[in-house]
Amino acid sequence: MAKIIAGLASSHVPAIGAAIDNKQTEEPYWKRVFAGFEKTKRWMAETKPDVVIAIYNDHASAFSVELIPTFALGTATEFPPADEGWGPRPVPVVKGHPELASHIATSAILDGFDLTIVNKMEVDHGLTVPLNLAFGSPKEWPCPVIPLAVNVVQYPPPTGKRCFDLGRAIRKAVASYPDDLRVVVFGTGGMSHQISGPRAGLINQKFDKAFLDGLTKDPKKLAAMPHLEYMREAGAEGIELVMWHVMRGALDDKVKEVYRFYTVPASNTAVGHIILENTGKAAKTAARKKVGAGKVAAKKSGKKPARKAA
Amino acid sequence: MVKVKPAEEYEDIPGTFVFNAERSRQGYGINMFCMSLMKDENRKTFKANEAAYLKKYPLTPEQTDAILKRDYNRMLELGGNIYFTAKLGATDGHSFRHLAAVMTGSTQDDYAKMMLEGGRSVEGNRSKSGKYDKPARKAAAGSAKKAKPSKKRKS
Ligand SMILES: [Fe+2]
Repeated sequence: MAKIIAGLASSHVPAIGAAIDNKQTEEPYWKRVFAGFEKTKRWMAETKPDVVIAIYNDHASAFSVELIPTFALGTATEFPPADEGWGPRPVPVVKGHPELASHIATSAILDGFDLTIVNKMEVDHGLTVPLNLAFGSPKEWPCPVIPLAVNVVQYPPPTGKRCFDLGRAIRKAVASYPDDLRVVVFGTGGMSHQISGPRAGLINQKFDKAFLDGLTKDPKKLAAMPHLEYMREAGAEGIELVMWHVMRGALDDKVKEVYRFYTVPASNTAVGHIILENTGKAAKTAARKKVGAGKVAAKKSGKKPARKAA
Repeated sequence: MVKVKPAEEYEDIPGTFVFNAERSRQGYGINMFCMSLMKDENRKTFKANEAAYLKKYPLTPEQTDAILKRDYNRMLELGGNIYFTAKLGATDGHSFRHLAAVMTGSTQDDYAKMMLEGGRSVEGNRSKSGKYDKPARKAAAGSAKKAKPSKKRKS
């Protein structure tokens, strides 16, 4: 059976993508940012997920104001990088996982989440920058990625609670998928930032740190925070943080925080990043197995056999 | 029935134009014009004769004026959204950070310096009315309570 083993959250600042594309990562300003993701890359290389589900938002690239889906799940075979005004980013085409994505769509819709299904979609920096931060700049992304685009451009985005509950539905869907896949969920966007209007440049480190703490320790209460508070405290575009709740909802109630990084600024934005691992026996077992070590022999009953499978 | 939040709640946030359904409807022409600038041929046509190009979109005279003058705050006020208007900025060769500095009325150097020093503080920037002078930090830490209204007023 497929299993979610961990979640990762990260800002997806477009200037980070530009710094990679323009080979500026060694400049002191950018080095400070990229240094914070060295451990992440090692963790990803050790964890070797079979699939990533990436929660992100489109920034007027694939969706204009003509069509504004609240939750859009990508079920295509591949998702090319979008041209955001300077030509498409020179990053690999994102390969999807149509079977698992379709399974999630079916399961989540029957569970009460009326997802929009997308079979043709270009993906912008919101998705590709976190892939770079997690995997570096390989010729091909090391695993399939299922994009889930969330509307955070036109108010109101989905509530934090709705995002969290969607994460729960995704977890349930993944758990009922027959193949032995180890899945990592990405939540992207944020942290505090405002890029519009006279208040642009707003950063709130206290808010961000409390958000990271709450995400690990008390995610349900954190998810109850109203939209207005994000906008007032974390900047108009800080509302992107609602997407992190989808990732958190897809994990167990209790998780192990294995890494955290925070720095200000990258362009207009506070960069926040966290890695959370499920600690359930089954998840641990799956993590120890690694890819290539054969199939996880966990039986459907779940509880006892997990230890023996290791 | 869900009660729709009165617009004044988020209109109370200083220096911020929340892009809601109302603004989206009003600014449809601005945003679709900006979207057209994703294509290089359109960027060239626009640059060759801006006023003529804008006639193709349903824009009010105020909206047309704001676009021609590159008045980014006015565009947001009239229904533009930053992710769309940034495409106009990109057509002029400007980054998000450049536009942000312009919208705050700072020089590029001053804005870059402010960001390096930790950004604009939230203190004194929470609400126009002074209703939310105190941080609502408890919510971020886990309890979803709202900050109590404070009597202190921001000048
Ligand atoms: Fe974003």
